[in-house]
Amino acid sequence: MTVNELALKHSFEIVSMPTPDREVRGGYVGDLLSWVMGRAEADNAWITIMTNVNIAAVGALSDVAVVIIAEGARPDAQVIETAQEKGVNIVLTDKTAYEVAVAISADI
Amino acid sequence: MSESLKFHFDVDGDNFVSAGQASVQVKKNLRRLGLPPEIIRQVSIALYEGEINMVIHAHGGEADVIVYEDKIEIILADKGPGIPDIELAMQEGYSTATENVRSLGFGAGMGLPNMKRYTDEMKIESEVGVGTTITMCVYLK
Repeated sequence: MTVNELALKHSFEIVSMPTPDREVRGGYVGDLLSWVMGRAEADNAWITIMTNVNIAAVGALSDVAVVIIAEGARPDAQVIETAQEKGVNIVLTDKTAYEVAVAISADI
Repeated sequence: MSESLKFHFDVDGDNFVSAGQASVQVKKNLRRLGLPPEIIRQVSIALYEGEINMVIHAHGGEADVIVYEDKIEIILADKGPGIPDIELAMQEGYSTATENVRSLGFGAGMGLPNMKRYTDEMKIESEVGVGTTITMCVYLK
């Protein structure tokens, strides 16, 4: 499933979507950035509650397909701008990280 | 062995907002060279961890990435406090980062282990009070 399709199906709020047609394969849940870089795989959906600007760099370098920010957390405008510059897709949801992972597991 | 390309970056100390600039730029450059995505991912994550370490611990430093025909070399040099016990620092989960750094999602004690994980060779030279130089290699063949 593509990032755009995933976002529409699960009513995620899209805040950065430079590559909507990117395929999502598998996922990773975590907030400690080095764990994410060590364990997440390319094309994953990365589910986190982190919203600082470093998620844009980590999302880009880990080559994840999308960053899903859970629990209603919101990144500020600078983070979104940086993500767009770096080609990182970011969507938001009020669901918990667990609920997101369960909800999207069949799609990715 | 012919040296094909070299990228040099000054890493700004104590600036978490700009941290990652070198890594993202290197990623772009390596993409332009048409290198395999997994190699690019390895190099850019190892470099980013190094950049973050220099920001957290050493007030910045210098990063060089050299692309050879058969490998990519990453050299990170700082004039920070040095690493007193390298073996301990290499253990997953060991960290000397501050609470402030941890609140940003860093300082999990995975930086050096990740650099080792994503590279084929890694050498750490460090002297307390003088600085640290880390040399890493990712093979292309």
